[in-house]
Amino acid sequence: MLYREAGQFKTSYASDQAVFPILQDRIGIFIILAIVFVVIPMAGNDFILNAVMIPFLIFSLAAIGLNLLTGYTGQLSLGTGAFMGVGAYACYKLTTIFPDVNIIVWVIASGFFSAAVGAVFGLPSLRIKGFYLAIATLAAQFFLEWCFTRIPWLYNYNVSAAIEVPQRQLFGIIVTGPRASAETRYLIVLTIVVAMTWMASNIVHGRIGRMWMAVRDMDIAAELMGIRLLPTKLLAFAVSSFYCGVSGAMMVFLWYGGAESTVFNINQSFTILFMIIIGGLGSLLGSFLGAALIYILPIILRFVPPELGVPLHAATVEHISFMVVGALIVFFLIAEPAGLARLWQIGKQKLRVWPFPY
Amino acid sequence: MGALYNILIDPFVQMGTAPDLFVQTLWEGLVGGMLYALIALGFVLIFKASGVFNFAQGIMVVFAALTLVGLHSAGVPAFVALALAIVVMFVLAWMVERVVLRPLVNQPDIILFMATFGITYFLIGFGEFVFGGDPKVMITEDLYLPKGSITYKALGGTVSLQKLDIAAAIIASIMVAGLAVFFSKTRIGRALRAVADSHSAALSVGISLEQIWVIVWFAAGLVALVTGIFWGARSDVSFALDVIALKALPVLILGGFTSIPGAIVGGLIIGVGEKLWEFYWGPLIGGGTDAWFAYVIALVFLLFRPQGLFGEKIIERV
Repeated sequence: MLYREAGQFKTSYASDQAVFPILQDRIGIFIILAIVFVVIPMAGNDFILNAVMIPFLIFSLAAIGLNLLTGYTGQLSLGTGAFMGVGAYACYKLTTIFPDVNIIVWVIASGFFSAAVGAVFGLPSLRIKGFYLAIATLAAQFFLEWCFTRIPWLYNYNVSAAIEVPQRQLFGIIVTGPRASAETRYLIVLTIVVAMTWMASNIVHGRIGRMWMAVRDMDIAAELMGIRLLPTKLLAFAVSSFYCGVSGAMMVFLWYGGAESTVFNINQSFTILFMIIIGGLGSLLGSFLGAALIYILPIILRFVPPELGVPLHAATVEHISFMVVGALIVFFLIAEPAGLARLWQIGKQKLRVWPFPY
Repeated sequence: MGALYNILIDPFVQMGTAPDLFVQTLWEGLVGGMLYALIALGFVLIFKASGVFNFAQGIMVVFAALTLVGLHSAGVPAFVALALAIVVMFVLAWMVERVVLRPLVNQPDIILFMATFGITYFLIGFGEFVFGGDPKVMITEDLYLPKGSITYKALGGTVSLQKLDIAAAIIASIMVAGLAVFFSKTRIGRALRAVADSHSAALSVGISLEQIWVIVWFAAGLVALVTGIFWGARSDVSFALDVIALKALPVLILGGFTSIPGAIVGGLIIGVGEKLWEFYWGPLIGGGTDAWFAYVIALVFLLFRPQGLFGEKIIERV
């Protein structure tokens, strides 16, 4: 009824190729942006901002990064956690060597280090494919994780072998460190995530994105059509790692406030992979939906039993949430293998034709 | 020059001057490699028959061992517990086929791979929920497994071999031989190989895919149980072991996803290579290198032989 494009005519190529071709979608995205930029910082308390929204946005960005590589280019990677770690450690080294430079610049710049490392570990992708490539990226995961522990230069020879985020100010406002307010950190994370999502959307809708998708659908055919495989795949690895690196830097600098190498272990890689599979491979929206489901679901599970008056041991809740997440992964794969993003599309289609069945 | 000497010459000098230490390291590598090989064997069994890359194999190992130990500590006699654990693995195989594989038939490989992730998480949660999350000790004595070690005076020193490891090697070889006979001589074994060659061709001659899948998952479960017993005997039984299960992946790369001899040879190569590297070269770069060495070997190997040592050549058809 409300949601349909009747009367909205596309009169130029630009409007035909728009990311949000329907007016209602554009209104919707503005409402969402208004809510996240204005309403949530005003209304949300520290718990909502610190424990829900900031991690959700950071995981979403990492999921977008992996989705560019796995969903759009079809290269299965299990090294996401390590690439996030490269970003975090690069940012830490940069800001301790050059403390006067704007910290946001370093958070973004650390992505380039991650991109370089990602491109190096992407080199085998030209010769190997599928599960074999996944295991090759495991080499990146374990080797980088080992570097984070065994190279003391990376954590400035701290006794704790962990990186501690120093306090940094921006225009007189404390941005990082234990004294930074949740609102400030939330708004910075949000701005970076929105900007990078917008860039990702432009990349995947443009020539590069089409090249990636051609490689994903069939690399031999793509090569025959004149797409050079090595630069295309390496670019996908670099851009993906850039996103993961920025997300890792934000994770340490704007969320945790300090981290050990175990934060970036193999389980982190798996978590991000779950997010994009549950959310939908090859969909930016799916990255957000998947991150929401995988990250927020255990939080809800932790709060539901006490609310219902069922006293459960903390460890038991942990075990049950493992079982539920496992069962949900299988359930979603059976119900909708293309992920939550596809469910969203189906819902939209139903809304367009409502109240008629088709 | 000093660094080059340390890397290229000194380790071999050490091997030459203390051969007993070298043999000891080699033996430990072989034993570790055998356990990797057993996990990889479970992967290969399932991959051959159903094309599913079963990520849950490592967790099945822990789950099987945990079931056995958990039942025993609940007062069930050891061999009854063993029988019950086998039954549990069969039920697991049946449930996986019924609940996960059957609805997902004809989906792309990555979806099935993800589904085994779901199984992994479910098994971790379920195992800890039922048997508790604390590490447990494997019931080696009740299963009449030998303990202690045999010490040789040889090569200008002593070499000690754990009796348990020897028993593990013997039982593992018997199991592999049994599987080989099962695959080549029995009716079901031939059906399994037919399914491995082509699903649709196997269906058209009247082989029930569902039944075959239950059988291979059960076989993988049995392999997992045996692996779990020996693994649990070397260290505690707990889900913290799942990272070691990931070590089976480079073994698969070396051996190829579809080859049982490949899994065994690959496991031994990785096990020995990793131990020798860590013992002789690891200290030069800070130790703890066995975390990544196997993966790097696999990566280098892949660049030259993408299909593994014994894998079938990958032919891409357009």
